Amino acid sequence: MADAKVIPFDDDRSRGSAAQRPARRRSTGSRRGGLGETGEMGEVQPLPGRARAQEDGPVSPVEDAKGATEQPGTDGPGGGLERRVAAGLAFLRRRLTGDYDVDDFGFDEELTDQVLMSLLRPVYEKYFRVEVKGIENIPAKGGALIVANHSGTLPLDGLMMQVAVHDHHPADRHLRLLAADLVFVLPVVNELARKLGHTLACAEDAERLLGQGELVGVMPEGFKGIGKPFSERYKLQRFGRGGFVSTALRQGVPIIPCSIVGAEEIYPMIGNAKTLARLLGFPYFPLTPTFPWLGPLGAVPLPTKWTIQFGEPIPTDGYPAEAAEDPMLMFNLTDQVREQIQHTLYKLLVQRRSVFF
Amino acid sequence: MGKVVLVTGVARQLGGRFVRRIQRDPEVDRVIAVDAVPPAHHLGGADFIQADIRLPTIARVLAETGADTVVHMDVTGTALRGGSRATVKETNVIGTMQLLGACQKSPTVRRLVIKSSTNVYGSAPRDPAVFTETTPPKSLPSGGFAKDTVEVEGYVRGFARRRPDVAVCVLRFANILGPAADTPLASYFELPVLPTVFGYDPRLQFVHEDDVVEVLRIASHEPRRGTLNSGTFNIAGDGVLLLSQCSRRLGRPTVPLLLPAVTWAGSLVRTLGMTDFSPEQIRLLTHGRVVDTVQMRETLGFTPKYTTAETFADFARGQGPGLVPPEALAGAVDRIAELATRGGGRPTTHSAN
Repeated sequence: MADAKVIPFDDDRSRGSAAQRPARRRSTGSRRGGLGETGEMGEVQPLPGRARAQEDGPVSPVEDAKGATEQPGTDGPGGGLERRVAAGLAFLRRRLTGDYDVDDFGFDEELTDQVLMSLLRPVYEKYFRVEVKGIENIPAKGGALIVANHSGTLPLDGLMMQVAVHDHHPADRHLRLLAADLVFVLPVVNELARKLGHTLACAEDAERLLGQGELVGVMPEGFKGIGKPFSERYKLQRFGRGGFVSTALRQGVPIIPCSIVGAEEIYPMIGNAKTLARLLGFPYFPLTPTFPWLGPLGAVPLPTKWTIQFGEPIPTDGYPAEAAEDPMLMFNLTDQVREQIQHTLYKLLVQRRSVFF
Repeated sequence: MGKVVLVTGVARQLGGRFVRRIQRDPEVDRVIAVDAVPPAHHLGGADFIQADIRLPTIARVLAETGADTVVHMDVTGTALRGGSRATVKETNVIGTMQLLGACQKSPTVRRLVIKSSTNVYGSAPRDPAVFTETTPPKSLPSGGFAKDTVEVEGYVRGFARRRPDVAVCVLRFANILGPAADTPLASYFELPVLPTVFGYDPRLQFVHEDDVVEVLRIASHEPRRGTLNSGTFNIAGDGVLLLSQCSRRLGRPTVPLLLPAVTWAGSLVRTLGMTDFSPEQIRLLTHGRVVDTVQMRETLGFTPKYTTAETFADFARGQGPGLVPPEALAGAVDRIAELATRGGGRPTTHSAN
């Protein structure tokens, strides 16, 4: 971040004569890490890099986090500079004057696309190096319920799944996650969750979203899955009461099983301080080899290599209307989804070379 | 024979507006305006009867006038002209009981319209994101206006059971705003600096005064073809505004405070009697509330003229410019944009922000 703050000013000053001084541009580019290669690639290529730096200039003093993390590479190679500056300023203007829309759930699509996703993307691409498989199993339009395993002490797997769908799906779909009620009790967390499009894991909200044709993500294991000890990694816990199946049946949307490998090892939970957890009102209080012994440093997740696999959709539209009330069918479908996820998990684990690579 | 409409709570400007509006309807013969205090505004030729709905006299008024439609608008959150909270509660709850008792005895009453509020749903983090008319609240409102509305609706349900021949329409209004609104939320938005709860950005919904008057009018007439105007309906403008958006659109800076501090400050302000910044209000400004309006559209057949954003814009127009007017901010950004596109922008202009 410090880098992003200093360089734009430097770059701004050279803006007028930049075209005459390719050498300087190159050095600026290489200091900006990932954009370094653009300097080597002829006359047109440096523009996006420079455009980005320049846009950081006017934006960063006010909302530096937002401006500096603007996603590079969304613009075409030609005519990018002015357009990007204009777009960045228009964005800033809309944010400052409150001239943007949120949906009934508080989902702020613009903020998610421009800022929050850009903050999560480095974690997704560089830190966990997530590999996505089977993205074609997610329909391009219409409602679908993605059911995934849950692990990792902190719900990073949900966020990574959201980035995976957002960045890899050809139709740019947004995943609307269903979150535990604890999320909406905590300050700041609830605000961010709502703006990211998450909502409370209850049948009403899920059905409303699916009815609107949204892509809904749910992790039916809940706290049992995310707060399980390290020794039980990749063993799926009970899938609640299978409420997600009846929700999908009622809306007639397909269920897409999703298996996430890698999230189990980010915080190896070797103990659970139950008394402390009860005191703080949390479902569990993790003790890992580093947390809380090393303080905030111990809260840094291990850089494991992740794989997210979306499985074959399980259709639910062939069932009669009263099927949602049939407990046997519910258990059967729940088991089918659960087994498919568990099976895929084992398969991915066999294919995995190591936890970190 | 035409209709005789009895309206309570006409000393408030919304009640006054409704009385003036409904008199223009051709099927209405006579409008009887009732309140405990004489209104400051004119009622456009309606018969004003000074009667306190908390007293049994209201039964006599109802019997003498032979009203066939009763529009109960005297369910409000704020006291009129410096009354205490206890008076407001009595008017809301005891007044409704008396009025319903009077209606039950009256053979002429055919239609009852109650102005309720979406406050009945409460506001809690464990609630679903969108309330429908049938959503049970996760935590019942503990006090204040919200509890009044819950009790009022309870009495109205009892009345509807005892008098199935009377068409009862309960309208649950979202936060009412307009150029002249006198709701607690309106007075909150009039503060120069808006205290907010740190870490929460509530979703709010507004309904415009014009739409309130219009939907009350629809509810107090015979239903139009293909619609039904008895039952319970949520009334709100389309869309949602976050509190942060509201403050930016008003140009009033926010001061995020920790929740305990807000609760404490709220009780202090209440003790000093400055405003009725009730705990319910704080809960609304913490967790927000959004209601579903499908029933309003499809069953009641009403489409609001103003969306939530337009309602708020209309309200904001009636307010003075805030400390940081959005126009000024937009102007500053535009100036930077101009400099940037000219290509000669110096970094020093950033401080203008």
